[in-house]
Amino acid sequence: MAEVVADTVGSIGPAEVAEVELYHATSWLTKYVFCQDAKVIAIQYSVTAMAIGLVALVLSWLMRLQLAFPGTFSLIQSENYYQFITMHGMIMVIYLLTALFLGGFGNYLIPLMLGARDMAFPYVNMLSYWVYLLAVLVLVASFFAPGGPTGAGWTLYPPQAILSGTPGHEWGIILMLASLILFIIGFTMGGLNYVVTVLQCRTRGMTLMRMPLTVWGIFTATVMALLAFPALFVGCVMMLLDRLLGTSFFMPSIVQLGQQLSYSGGSPILFQHLFWFFGHPEVYIVALPAFGIVSDLISTHARKNIFGYRMMVWAIVGIGALSFVVWAHHMYISGMDPYFGFFFATTTLIIAVPTAIKVYNWVLTLWRGNIHLTVPMLFALGFIVTFVNGGLTGLFLGNVVVDVPLSATLFVVAHFHMVMGVAPIFVVFGGIYHWYPKVTGRMLDETLGKIHFWVTFLGAYAIFFPMHYLGLLGVPRRYYELGATAFIPPSAASLNVFITVAALIVGAAQLVFLFNLIWSLSKGRAPGGNPWGATTLEWQTPQTPPGHGNWGKELPVVYRWAYDYSVPGTERDFVPQNQPASAPTA
Amino acid sequence: MSVIVLFLAVIAIIAGWWLSQQRLMAKPWLDVGSIGETPAWGGSSVPAAKVGLGVFLAVAGCLFALLVSAYFMRIDIATTSGATTTGTVLRTMPVPGLLWLNTAVLVVSSVALQCAQIAARHGQRDAVRDGLLLGGVSALVFLAGQLLVWRQLVDAGYFAASNPGNAFFYLFTGVHGLHVTGGIVALGKTFGKVRSGVAIERLRLSVWLCTAYWHFLLLVWLVIFAVLTGWADDFIVICRTLVI
Repeated sequence: MAEVVADTVGSIGPAEVAEVELYHATSWLTKYVFCQDAKVIAIQYSVTAMAIGLVALVLSWLMRLQLAFPGTFSLIQSENYYQFITMHGMIMVIYLLTALFLGGFGNYLIPLMLGARDMAFPYVNMLSYWVYLLAVLVLVASFFAPGGPTGAGWTLYPPQAILSGTPGHEWGIILMLASLILFIIGFTMGGLNYVVTVLQCRTRGMTLMRMPLTVWGIFTATVMALLAFPALFVGCVMMLLDRLLGTSFFMPSIVQLGQQLSYSGGSPILFQHLFWFFGHPEVYIVALPAFGIVSDLISTHARKNIFGYRMMVWAIVGIGALSFVVWAHHMYISGMDPYFGFFFATTTLIIAVPTAIKVYNWVLTLWRGNIHLTVPMLFALGFIVTFVNGGLTGLFLGNVVVDVPLSATLFVVAHFHMVMGVAPIFVVFGGIYHWYPKVTGRMLDETLGKIHFWVTFLGAYAIFFPMHYLGLLGVPRRYYELGATAFIPPSAASLNVFITVAALIVGAAQLVFLFNLIWSLSKGRAPGGNPWGATTLEWQTPQTPPGHGNWGKELPVVYRWAYDYSVPGTERDFVPQNQPASAPTA
Repeated sequence: MSVIVLFLAVIAIIAGWWLSQQRLMAKPWLDVGSIGETPAWGGSSVPAAKVGLGVFLAVAGCLFALLVSAYFMRIDIATTSGATTTGTVLRTMPVPGLLWLNTAVLVVSSVALQCAQIAARHGQRDAVRDGLLLGGVSALVFLAGQLLVWRQLVDAGYFAASNPGNAFFYLFTGVHGLHVTGGIVALGKTFGKVRSGVAIERLRLSVWLCTAYWHFLLLVWLVIFAVLTGWADDFIVICRTLVI
């Protein structure tokens, strides 16, 4: 017997991580605060991200109130409005979605789904969270700095971002840039962990092609983020030097209020290239984990194997690679060479091919499945519909000639909210409803969950569908007040009121979710270790919530892929990944 | 942006090669193992720390490639807006002779660490200690030398704000210097372990990691030195004609 084991181990690596390598907490402080356990770090990441996300939610309410009832609220002056849109955008994209998908879901699910005890470098992983928290605190500090947070717009385009006409040019912009730099440093630490853990810490039998798509999505997104965030880092450092030392990386010669500033010869377009070289992959950094998670949700809750697993994997990798050569489609109106526009429009449209493959495969997975309309499934379905919607308007904006008149209108705002705001956040919700029983040992309340879903789903459409129409009318984005114009009819104002009411209701529905999260922690039903009848390893842990080190004495061994649902001839409608072929079903 | 796109193309080739080893054509739904038969998991036997360093070097390399990209884009813009020869607008600053000395010191540092790594492989504790010490001290000397170069330039009136070329010079050397500083911290920890008598077998990995990182820093320095002084221009022109 020993010989057999030796034979297999030869190419498989150690059967078990030696206990000495595992970090053990020795005090309350190291167990719950400065903890190196990926599961605790995941919860820390998620709670911080959701807390700062709530701030961004409130900011969106304030913006909407101004747009619907201009001039009614004395606390929303034009400077405040710009600060609100800037902070809302930046927080939602970076500090909420990126941190939640990679820091939250990534930390919790990667080790558990791969059958590892923890991340490859637990100490660095812990540092990653604390640097992230510091980044968030620096960001929050800018609300209290003299002059307030920056109002440069979430893209922070120079030269206006650091000129004195822009709100928050004193401290706000400095704190914003510093916070982003910290975030990137923190993320790089975490990202190294996710990548190395996927590469080196899989359990026996877990080949790459047996990994759940959730891990594929998070892994690919992390690789992309590691390569894309340096561009934002370079942009931030250079702009910080422009602001603090008076260098001219991005600042051209400028006359302000009749005075020649000391800047000369810099290029604002250079910043745009750096920003979007990060910014476009960022869309997929948020979308790929969502793609992965939604695949698992659909397969589990439709009790059917994922359709076209290999295609799904290739599509994830393909999208990841392609997303690095489309960045300039955000810059069609920057005056670039028309041939460049042609090139980037082509690559942009090509990316629709792997994306469409994914959508077809989700729909084909649902086809004749045993669909359980649980809350996670509802959110997954909501994601597919919304993503297709947002993706279709992307085809409009990806074409240069159509994009030019639509640029900087509310059409763009509606498009990116659908495709990378609403759609991924649906997956976040679906994922939380799905994995909450594993994380806490209790179910979230189903009725509250359904209320949350329907109000959010219908409300999101009530907000963003009319916004497309406003955009087609030519209503510009980022305007504090529309005033009287020849081309915007008065009905646009009524539509704005409607959108604002919908936004307030959707925002309130999130409070239901928040209540559910807290209430269920103690009052929720305790459903046992595998309430959904799922196949992946995280549902097969000996304890729920998983104990320290995740697995008991021995690491699980993987014998099959992650999607053996409704296999003919088996007793149950799912076969866990760690169940061998010949063993009798339990 | 052609520099960064080329850099990422290289990364993509490496990633593609690695993926091609991972049996992506396998049909996992057909392949169910019974007890005692688990397929090879596909991971390598390389320690996680080495893989981690590899990934980190890719990220740091990306950072420097982006800086170089930004520099060349900046030159392009300056060139199209009036100047005739590539880079003359930006490179008004003389190349201080001290930079040559610093480069030599960094080479010494890298060689010393290479010796330490070889010694670690043969289990020679004293040689490891001497190698690490020499490598660390010469890296510190390099940093001091770079600061001295800054001092000289500032004294001569070449401020960061006075010309974009100067700003790039300070940015490049500053970012590189920060990476060297980080390396020195890691080297210091390894050196501490050698002195406290940790078995040499357990230090082999740390020494290897430091050495690899040092070679990377030397390579990056040589590239940015060449870029800043303009020797890389001809090479870039050739590359550009190939790309476009």
